[in-house]
Amino acid sequence: MISLQISQVDFSYFDGLVLHKIDLSVKAGEMVGLLGPNGSGKTTLLKLASGILKPAQGEIRLDGYSISSLSRKYIARKVAVVPQQFHIPFAFTTGEVVMLGRTPFLRALADESEADRRLVSNALELVGISELVERRFNELSGGERQKVILAMALAQQPKLLLLDEPTVHLDIAHQMEILELVRELNTGQGLTVIAAMHDLNLAALYFDRLVLLKEGRVWADGTPNQVLTEAGIGEVFSASVRVEQHPLTGAPHIVIIPRGNANHQK
Amino acid sequence: MRRRNKLILVLSLLGVCLIAALFLASAFGAVNISLPDIAKMALNKLAIFDFPSTWRAVEETIIFQIRLPRVIGGALVGMALATAGVLFQGLLRNPMADPYIIGTSAGAALGATIAMLLPINLAFLGFGLVPVAAFCGALATVFLVYNLARVGGKTPIISMLLAGVVVSSFMAAIMALLISMSDRLQLNLQSVYSFLLGHISVTGWEQIAVITPLVIGGIICARFFAFRLNALSLGEEGAAYLGVEVERDKILILSLGSLLTAAAVSISGLIGFVGLVVPHAVRLSFGPDHRFLLPAAALGGGAFVIIADLLARTIMAPTEIPVGVITAIIGAPFFLYLLRRTRKEYAF
Repeated sequence: MISLQISQVDFSYFDGLVLHKIDLSVKAGEMVGLLGPNGSGKTTLLKLASGILKPAQGEIRLDGYSISSLSRKYIARKVAVVPQQFHIPFAFTTGEVVMLGRTPFLRALADESEADRRLVSNALELVGISELVERRFNELSGGERQKVILAMALAQQPKLLLLDEPTVHLDIAHQMEILELVRELNTGQGLTVIAAMHDLNLAALYFDRLVLLKEGRVWADGTPNQVLTEAGIGEVFSASVRVEQHPLTGAPHIVIIPRGNANHQK
Repeated sequence: MRRRNKLILVLSLLGVCLIAALFLASAFGAVNISLPDIAKMALNKLAIFDFPSTWRAVEETIIFQIRLPRVIGGALVGMALATAGVLFQGLLRNPMADPYIIGTSAGAALGATIAMLLPINLAFLGFGLVPVAAFCGALATVFLVYNLARVGGKTPIISMLLAGVVVSSFMAAIMALLISMSDRLQLNLQSVYSFLLGHISVTGWEQIAVITPLVIGGIICARFFAFRLNALSLGEEGAAYLGVEVERDKILILSLGSLLTAAAVSISGLIGFVGLVVPHAVRLSFGPDHRFLLPAAALGGGAFVIIADLLARTIMAPTEIPVGVITAIIGAPFFLYLLRRTRKEYAF
C-alpha cells in the first residue's frame, strides 16, 4: 500500500516559480488525473512525486517517509514512472527494454532470475505486446513504444504508477486500451495511479478524482463532476466549452465551441 | 537460455582469438621465432614443464625481454581503450563517443608536450616523465571538463560534451603554441608526432606490472556498472526512475573510463579508433547489453591492438609505422561497413 502526501510544496526552475504551495494527498488505491494547460506544472509535479526533483519549500512523503531521505533504489521499487517519450540510442529489443524495469531489483553481477523473466513476460502480455518481444525498440511506432514503456513500468511491480500523458501518441483505440488497463490494475490490484492528462473527456471517463492546476497552483480538486465545470474550464484554459453528460456513463463530457459559433450558445 | 550459451561461446572464441594474437605477434618481427618454440619457452617459464631447448638463447631473450612486454602492453592498451569506449558511449548515450571525447587526448598530449619541453630525465617505475605527464594531463583535463560543465549541482551530459570540445581545442592550441615557440620541441618533433599518432612503447616488465592492475582492475570494476549502463540508455531521467543514482554513478563511470584511457595513453600515446570501432562491432553483431558488451569489447580490443601493432612493426620493416595509423586504416572502413550493413539501427 502506498500513499503520497505533498504539503506546501514550492518548486522553481532557474527562471521562476513553477509550483506554488501545492497541497495534494493521494491515498493508496486512488486513481488521480492531473489536468491543466501546458506549462501549468503537471509534469513538474510528477517529477517531484517521483523524487527526481527536490522541492524548494515544503515536503513530500511517500508512505510516511520524507522522499528526500529515500534512496533512488528504494523509490524505484515502489514507484514507476512512464514519461512522455524515451529515446534509446542503442538497438535494444523490446524484451530487453521491459527487462530494464527489473533494474532496481537486480544485484550488480547476478543475472536476471526465472522470476524476473516471468514478470517481464507477464507485463508484455498484460499490455498486449508479447509478439513484439524480439523486435527492436527503435523500429516500433510511437504508440507501440508507449506500450513498451508501460510494460517496463509494470515489470517494476510498482505500488504507485506515475504517468505523464500516457495517451498522447496513441490513436483512439490504443488510448482506450491503455486507460482501461490502468483502470483495471487500479481496481483489481489496488495500484495507485497519478496521471497527467491532456484529454479532458478521457480523464472524465476513467478517473475518479481530478486535480486541476492553473499556473502552478491547485485550482480544483474533486470528482470529475466537481472539477470539470464550464466556468472552471473557461477560467483555467481560457477556452469556451459546454459541459454535457456522457450518454452512457453520465460523466461530464466537454464539447468545444468553435469561435464562429459562439452566438449559438444557449 | 540458448542465447546465454551462445554469448558464452562468443566470449570464449574472443578469448581464444586474444591468446592466438598474443602468440602470433610474439612470433614475428626482425627475427621470426617458431610458434612451438614460443609455446615451449612459455611453458618452461611456468616451471611445470622442462622442454629441451631447441632455440637459441638470444631468441628467448627477444621473446621475454622485448616482444612479450610489448605484445602484452598492446593487449592491455586495446582492452583499456575498448572498455573505456563502451563506458563513455553508454554513459553519454552517444554511439560516436570515443575514450578521448571529453578531453583525455588533448590533456594527455599537452602533458606529454610539456614533459618533452622540460630538460629533466627522470624514470619512475620504468616510466619516463612523458608517460607520467600524459597520464596526469588526461585525468586533470577530465576533472576540469567535469567541473566546468557542472550547473546547479548537476552535470548535464550535453554541457560536458560541449565543455570537452572547447577545452580540447584550447589545449591543442596551447600545445601548438609550445611546439612553435620551443627549439627543444622542434628537435623532438618526431617524438611529439609519434605520441600523437600512437606508438606502443613498453621498455620492460616494470611498466606492465604497473599498468596491468590498473587495466584489469578497471575492467572488473566496469562490469559492476553493466545493469546501470543498460538503464542509462533511457537517459539520465529514465535511469533515475529505475533506481540509478545518476550523479554518483556518472562520476564513477567517468573516473573509471578516464583512468583506463590514461593508463593506455601512458604507454601508447593516442591510438584512435579502437575505442570507437571495437564496441560498435560487438554491439552491432551481438546487441547492446552491457553485461556481454563489456567483456567482449575488452577481449576484442586486446586482440585488435596486438594485430595492429604487429602489422605496424612488420609491414614496412625495419621502419615502424605508428600503430594509430594501422588502427585507423583497418578501423575506418570496417566501421563504415558495419554502419552500412545495419543502417536501420541508427535510423530514428
